[in-house]
Amino acid sequence: MADLHRFANPTRFLKLAGLIQPWALAVFLISATVGLYMAFFTAPADYQQGESARIMYVHVPASWMSMFCYTVMAVASAVSLIWKHPLADVSARATAPIGAAFTFLALATGSLWGKPMWGTWWVWDARLTSVLVLLFLHIGYMALQGAFDDRVRAAKASAILALVGFVNVPIIKFSVDWWNTLHQPASVVKMSGSSIHPSMLWPLLIMAIAFKAYYVWVLLVRMRQELVANKVRILRLKQVHGG
Amino acid sequence: MGEFLEMGGYAAFVWPAYGLSFGLLALLAWLSLKGLKDTQKMFDRLSADAEIDERKSDK
Repeated sequence: MADLHRFANPTRFLKLAGLIQPWALAVFLISATVGLYMAFFTAPADYQQGESARIMYVHVPASWMSMFCYTVMAVASAVSLIWKHPLADVSARATAPIGAAFTFLALATGSLWGKPMWGTWWVWDARLTSVLVLLFLHIGYMALQGAFDDRVRAAKASAILALVGFVNVPIIKFSVDWWNTLHQPASVVKMSGSSIHPSMLWPLLIMAIAFKAYYVWVLLVRMRQELVANKVRILRLKQVHGG
Repeated sequence: MGEFLEMGGYAAFVWPAYGLSFGLLALLAWLSLKGLKDTQKMFDRLSADAEIDERKSDK
């Protein structure tokens, strides 16, 4: 039993996860309800884009989350490579599908917004293409994690991919300044202060909180699953080697 | 109500954006919970088997 504890029984983490999870779920449900209400009933239609601008309240938070998730993966990968903390690899692994989902949503909702406003579902410009690359990085990371039977090698190879791919995150952020693009530049997070009206900024921020809380909740579910899966692997090994 | 659902003529873009977003998030949450449950079940079964094996070898 000793090796079982050493590998995969971070009791303290599980205790903490059990405490945080219900709160994260509650924050998600409340802020998503308030955010959706504000997005549709208190926020005004855009004076140029009309009601289509309401897509912003899912598109922008999903896009923020796509970069946030990848950053978490890259930082966790660095911790996993340098300090070999077992939870670091577990958290990066658990983050990847959530990041992939948010990146896909950023692209899909952007496309649904682009069609009526730009007249096209897709253009190969810097912002859109770099976000598509981010989706492929998430998927590539998941594929690489699954490609090795040896968990240690899987962790190492995918951590290196996550770190190398991190160069894409600042490219996404600054793509709208560095290159000509159909995509509008930043209006919430910029040096000169936000240029978006509070009636639109608040629902945006509340939806961002909702997505962040969702991330925390699903992350903890997935991390717990990974930890149980580790124990299953160890039990199987013991059975194969005759206990 | 009808006017609200029309979204100023952008209904075909606004509603799919929201439907897709919350649909995918719900799907991912469900898959994650199911994954945890299934893995926990497998662990319980394997550890029960391991206990039986141990008892057998003790005899």
